[in-house]
Amino acid sequence: MRILLFCCAGWLLLIGCYGMVTSRNIIHTVISLVVCQSSTYLILLGIGYRSGATAPVYSDTTPSKVVDPVVQALCLTDIVVSATIIALFLALALQTHKRHGTIDPDELTALRG
Amino acid sequence: MSRRIRLGVFAVGACAVGTMLVIAFTGLPSFGTQRHPYGDRAVHMSVHKQTTSNVVSSVNFDQRATDTLGEEFILFTAVVGTLVLLRELREEDERDESQEKRQIAARGLPSTALVSYVMLGVTTLVGLYVVAHGHLSPGGGFQGGVVLATAIHLLYVGGGYAAIRRARPVPVYEILEALGAGGFVVLGLAGTLLTGDLLANVLPMGRLGDILSGGDVELLNLLVGVEVASAFIVVLSRFLEQYAVVGARRPTTR
Amino acid sequence: MSAGQLAPLVVAIPLAVAASLAAVGRWLPRLVRDATAVAAASASVGLSAYLVADTGHSRAVEWLGGWLPVHGKSVGIVFVVDRLSASLALLVTSLVVVALVYSIRYFDDVQSHYHVLVLAFLGGMAGFALTGDLFDMFVFFELMGTAAYALTGYKVEEKAPLQAALNFGVVNSLGAYLTLIGIGLIYARTGELGLAQIGGELQGHHADGLVVAAFVLVLTGWLVKAAVAPFHFWLADAHAVAPSPVCVLFSGVMVVLGVYGVFRVYVTAFAGVLPADDVRRALLVVGVLTALVGAVMCLLQSHLKRMLAFSTIAHVGLFTMSASMLSADGVGGAAAYVAGHAGAKGTLFLCCGVLLSRTGSVDEIDLYGRGRRMRFLAAVWMVAGLALAGMPPFGTFIGKSMGEDALAAEGYHWAPALFVAVSALTAGTVLRAGMRVFFGVGDVVRRDAPAGPEGEDEEPETTGSRRLRAVPATMALAITALVGGSLAVGIAPGLPTALANAAAQFLDGADYARQALSSAPAAHLPAEHVSAWTHEGVLLSILSVILSAFVAVASGFGSRLARRRRRSWQLVTAGAGGFQRLHSGHLGDYVAWLLLGVAGLAALVGVPLR
Repeated sequence: MRILLFCCAGWLLLIGCYGMVTSRNIIHTVISLVVCQSSTYLILLGIGYRSGATAPVYSDTTPSKVVDPVVQALCLTDIVVSATIIALFLALALQTHKRHGTIDPDELTALRG
Repeated sequence: MSRRIRLGVFAVGACAVGTMLVIAFTGLPSFGTQRHPYGDRAVHMSVHKQTTSNVVSSVNFDQRATDTLGEEFILFTAVVGTLVLLRELREEDERDESQEKRQIAARGLPSTALVSYVMLGVTTLVGLYVVAHGHLSPGGGFQGGVVLATAIHLLYVGGGYAAIRRARPVPVYEILEALGAGGFVVLGLAGTLLTGDLLANVLPMGRLGDILSGGDVELLNLLVGVEVASAFIVVLSRFLEQYAVVGARRPTTR
Repeated sequence: MSAGQLAPLVVAIPLAVAASLAAVGRWLPRLVRDATAVAAASASVGLSAYLVADTGHSRAVEWLGGWLPVHGKSVGIVFVVDRLSASLALLVTSLVVVALVYSIRYFDDVQSHYHVLVLAFLGGMAGFALTGDLFDMFVFFELMGTAAYALTGYKVEEKAPLQAALNFGVVNSLGAYLTLIGIGLIYARTGELGLAQIGGELQGHHADGLVVAAFVLVLTGWLVKAAVAPFHFWLADAHAVAPSPVCVLFSGVMVVLGVYGVFRVYVTAFAGVLPADDVRRALLVVGVLTALVGAVMCLLQSHLKRMLAFSTIAHVGLFTMSASMLSADGVGGAAAYVAGHAGAKGTLFLCCGVLLSRTGSVDEIDLYGRGRRMRFLAAVWMVAGLALAGMPPFGTFIGKSMGEDALAAEGYHWAPALFVAVSALTAGTVLRAGMRVFFGVGDVVRRDAPAGPEGEDEEPETTGSRRLRAVPATMALAITALVGGSLAVGIAPGLPTALANAAAQFLDGADYARQALSSAPAAHLPAEHVSAWTHEGVLLSILSVILSAFVAVASGFGSRLARRRRRSWQLVTAGAGGFQRLHSGHLGDYVAWLLLGVAGLAALVGVPLR
């Protein structure tokens, strides 16, 4: 069962992709992308876990074992990147609604062929 | 492609990718492994050399500060991008005056307002604390910045659109946002000038655990706090504006 | 200061200026903003040029923040600049300068946001080229992505740019997340993030499922950016609608950075564990597929910018094929091809920008004969088209000839034929369009509904809503610089030799690791002498120029030919139509194709290793 966490992350990735493939609403598509991205958090934090260890913070205590701080830093970067890019995509979705009058990918037809 | 073909293509791809992932995962070290060579080095450097007791901050703002520089500018670029994408267009997006007046007149329940204003103070304080202690305890500029941005938006919950519009001169935050991002790279360039290496530490290290310790880490945290808080305020202001002012109009197409 | 310490400034200076412009740009006159942005990009050009000059024999290494390795281990991020990455940075920065100069008469730009986005884009691209850390590559990848999505959607008053920016953004982000999963997997195995360090840990181990999956996933993000089939769909959408000067950057360097990332990561991190033959085969297949898809789709377009976009896809296929030989000739040839192509393709995009400003359209059918009096554009367009075909002495000729040599030397004797066919098809299409637009030669096509990706009239991109009467001096300067650049790459003496040696340095992963981790002096590589002016090279180039003229005439007068052989023509058009319909502009389709592509790549790399 040691790969259960990672399989869960894989599932998030694929179900997010399923969401994007079947989406009828751009905002739903963007949120599905966020679901895909959640898989990266799980994978990174899972990889950095050390059994019996605590947070890598040495202010009041001196823990003997700490989890990997590097993946946590990577994860923070990952979160910021996603949050900001999502804002950009939602702005695009908003404008799309104004110009196309719809946000259903099936009805956006400006780019055929 | 029709929906059915699309799903078919997806199913084939997803099955194969899923299989690949499971095969890959079986090759991972066992969950909770004690072997973290990079992590151990980072802890050693942070606690013994950098005197930054929050190791994650040390990695983010010192050891791998270049990543964070890039990340800062992703945030900065996304905000500028959002401003570009939601800019007001001369001919079409003329403001809907009555909608705007309605929004400005709208108020929540007095009890909601009371709770919001109380929470406003608490949230601001927490935000400032989290930013200022980024090098000591969990948190930092990113986390604290988001908390600070939340605080301002409690005004919207409590006092409606009118209140937040008064408390939030958006151009000021646009400039603060740019200064936060710019400050990060300027401090990095100070490293180049003084030591030759971009983003090298140029401030005194202090003692482990002190409020003034960790060298550049603390100042970078403050700059990031300014930038993140301003970024969220600016972006949300554009979305709120679209909702409150332009929102009710019919979609237009050219 | 050492050259290494200057390397990060290529990234930092444009970013600092971008932030300053965002802060105070609103109070500056337009001219000052333009000048500041051009100056910042020019500073990066100067620094990159210095790096190119300095890295001939050894690499410039910089541990950012001064985190030098202790016993070969560090906690920091390293920039490792060899001559190839420095040259790429030089190409990136130079094209940005050209794009900015061209943009001086472009857009009503309030608050200098356009300049800010372009400078951030520059920072991302240069950082991606110079860094020697896998996660840092991801960060700069995202930075260039973010700027690129916003620039794609810049013309928010039109329908198509919004949809294209979304398609571009979502597909690229998904690719980036797959890359991040790959980075996570490889970090779990090796405990390292630096390319050289990962390579050191993997060296000599068995390539198991995890390594293959990590390699494939990391590559996916870069290949999406490179717009390699079947990850290419977003590119045609984005390039067709982005502002023309931005397209110069997209086509000229952004997609190329994807290809660069693939080979950089393989050579430094995975070469010790995945056999070269295996990777060569996989990337060759991908390259061939991309070249064919791009060439065929290019032929079917009438929207000029979309046509150029597919031509870029076709050429990316050729670059990938050439570089996948993993030989000095192949990689060096790809580098020369990239430089020559950037000039030629950039010229064509800028011409499109001028056409759009003067006529309000970039569709060859709409524009039939409307460019008769634009003599400068006509001349430049036809010359750039011929350069695209690989006509000597343009840079594309050097690259094509070296690439064909490299492929033939590895026993792929069919490959030169494919090079000729693809460059003839894409260049022929461009020439056909030029004949229609500037000379009014070719069939007059009548159609009921306006075809092409945009059924609407496009907004001219220039300042003010008035249409341009003549080509402004800044635009003419930018166009001339690009054509001249493409020509200069071709005639610069000793350039093929220099690039082949740079490529040999690029391919020496062991030396890369030694220099990065222990600042050891560089291994002395035997200097090779390479010439692109071989008999076969020149003959094949002349052949592709002749064939491109043939393609231009045949497709320009297609409907007349079609009347003679109705039956077979219907079959062809039906097939082409079906193929074209795959490029649906539908985000769901693109995601499905992306997953299928990952699966295919994994099979290509993984199955032969079992």
